[in-house]
Amino acid sequence: MKLHEYQSKDLLAKYGVVVPGGRVAKNAADAQSIAEEYGGKVVVKAQVLMGGRGKAGGVKLFDNAAEAGTFAGELIGKRLVSIQNPAGMVVEQVLVAELVDIAEEYYLSVLLDRAAQKLLVMISREGGMEIEEVAEKNPEAIVRLLVDPVWGLADFEIRDAVMKAHIPGPAQRQMVAMIKSLVRAYIESDADLIEINPVALTPEGKLLAADAKVSLDENAVFRHPEFAATAEDSAEDPLEAEAAQKGIAYVRLGGDIGIMGNGAGLVMCSLDEVNAAGGRPANFLDVGGGANAERVKTCVELVLKDENVKGLLINIFGGITRGDQVAKGILTAFEQLDVNIPVVARIDGTGAEEGLELLKGSKIVGAATMQEAAKRIVELAYA
Amino acid sequence: MAVLVNKDTRVLVAGMTGKEGTFHAQQMLEYGTKVVGGVTPGKGGTEHLGLPVFNTMQEAVDATQADAVLVFVPAPFAADSVLEAEAAGIPFITLITEGVPVQDMLKVATKMKARGTSRLLGGNCAGIITPGECKMGIMPGHIFKPGPIGMVSRSGTLTYEIAWELTRADLGQTTCVGIGGDPIPGTRFIEVMEVFEKDPATTAVVMVGEIGGTDEEAAAEYIKTMSKPVVAFISGRTAPPGKRMGHAGAIVSGGLGTAQSKVDALLAAGAKVADRTSDVPRLIMESLATATR
Repeated sequence: MKLHEYQSKDLLAKYGVVVPGGRVAKNAADAQSIAEEYGGKVVVKAQVLMGGRGKAGGVKLFDNAAEAGTFAGELIGKRLVSIQNPAGMVVEQVLVAELVDIAEEYYLSVLLDRAAQKLLVMISREGGMEIEEVAEKNPEAIVRLLVDPVWGLADFEIRDAVMKAHIPGPAQRQMVAMIKSLVRAYIESDADLIEINPVALTPEGKLLAADAKVSLDENAVFRHPEFAATAEDSAEDPLEAEAAQKGIAYVRLGGDIGIMGNGAGLVMCSLDEVNAAGGRPANFLDVGGGANAERVKTCVELVLKDENVKGLLINIFGGITRGDQVAKGILTAFEQLDVNIPVVARIDGTGAEEGLELLKGSKIVGAATMQEAAKRIVELAYA
Repeated sequence: MAVLVNKDTRVLVAGMTGKEGTFHAQQMLEYGTKVVGGVTPGKGGTEHLGLPVFNTMQEAVDATQADAVLVFVPAPFAADSVLEAEAAGIPFITLITEGVPVQDMLKVATKMKARGTSRLLGGNCAGIITPGECKMGIMPGHIFKPGPIGMVSRSGTLTYEIAWELTRADLGQTTCVGIGGDPIPGTRFIEVMEVFEKDPATTAVVMVGEIGGTDEEAAAEYIKTMSKPVVAFISGRTAPPGKRMGHAGAIVSGGLGTAQSKVDALLAAGAKVADRTSDVPRLIMESLATATR
């Protein structure tokens, strides 16, 4: 669950990380008055959770409050589109932040190292560009520091890493302090990523977080009720947001064959099969364990809300989920919705015979295996 | 024949009085699993499904001599329940619960590894089954049958899918182990592979992986040294990077965890990799034919 830049900076500031002054605005007048507090020397940044917002025209520097206000007014309500997010997102608010003079840019992040089962701190003197790029061009410029989840880090380990990263003398102590704050923030707020790029060193020798990306572990929102609302609307896609509200695991994939099934692994595998059969999956949808007819109906409705969907594949391996319940849900959905696209249902496992029997006489095509079902839906949808 | 659990395994169910716990404890009893009691704080001294319920893991162990526990406790309390089971000396703990925070699992995994007294399977897993002997999990029992194939998987329903393919091809299973779909699993592929390699009854191993993390690649290093044939299947070959495919652990990010990297590592290690689930039985039969030649 990604946080907005302003939320990320607020969170880090609570842990003692120095961030540039600034606030969010939802209209031109507020943006201008915030800009005036900093003598007009500000950066206006669209607060949208998408990659490539700078290239999409969502970030601009100013030395005049009125112009900053005008730009903010134009930006709010506008849809930004980037390579990473072709559908784009509408800007609802902007961050107006003090412009800081930057002498040098560094990189700092904390993330999970799954292989080591520890936290990983990455420090680099090469800030300002994507860390993947640094890793490719100049891998020795990245210093990695593992944090034991039980024992934590000793100060000397951090000092050692900061020196290995060749952070210059005057900035070293501030960098050590920033890393300590970041690790604390990561653990206490249940983050799954904190990235500061760039960490800016001003000509006066002050170190601050010029940008900040924080993403939190959705599973831990119960410990952080202040982010519950963010969790609900952090989905980039409106259908994904609706699914999140209904507690359905749904991911929009941009193709035209709707896919649903029970269990993440089986659904992922269904996507692979549809691709192998020459189809383009529209989505991933896991109906979850023990789904009843009502739940299945809700899921069918959700998949069909994607207007690109030309065919629907349902893949159920009954365990706790019963095949006959699923069949009932599909039939109810068909009665209540005006479905005029082909549907192939593969039902196996618990309740499969009853389920397939129920579907007989309906427009739904039954299939015995996942592979056959994928092939059939692709044939029917693209006929 | 079996690994990790067998007909003598004495199973406790933590969270047995809840809806899911009740349903699955009943299913396990019907399958023939030796379920010996439940643990629900505050309900100690009562009976549920004809079994005694205890307030604490320690009381339950003292009274029943349980040597395994299946945990259905809700996510916010799951990590604590696992540590309680470990402290009570239960050597084998399976965590079914989905949605346990990563920070909790990191601490649990680190502590348990350091002490080395108990093994944790999961969370977010379907459990473990030794067909005909012990079903300790939420899988449908009838799709499995006893036999010589070991199986280990990150995904519940894909385990069912492939086990059913195996069973229909008359390839029964020694034990099927679900390690779960979370980023920090208590037990990883490589550890289960080691167990199967040592098990005299297991003649071949099926490994079902998916995108995300590098545990399949780590297992591939071990597979190089194994005497038994391994057939692998990796799901999510066509999943786009940055999109989480249901499981918290199933995501390609920062260039890590692609299906291709896993397939390449497994092939290089001498494993056979099935393009589709339905190819698994044939590849197993081919591997066994070559191995015994």
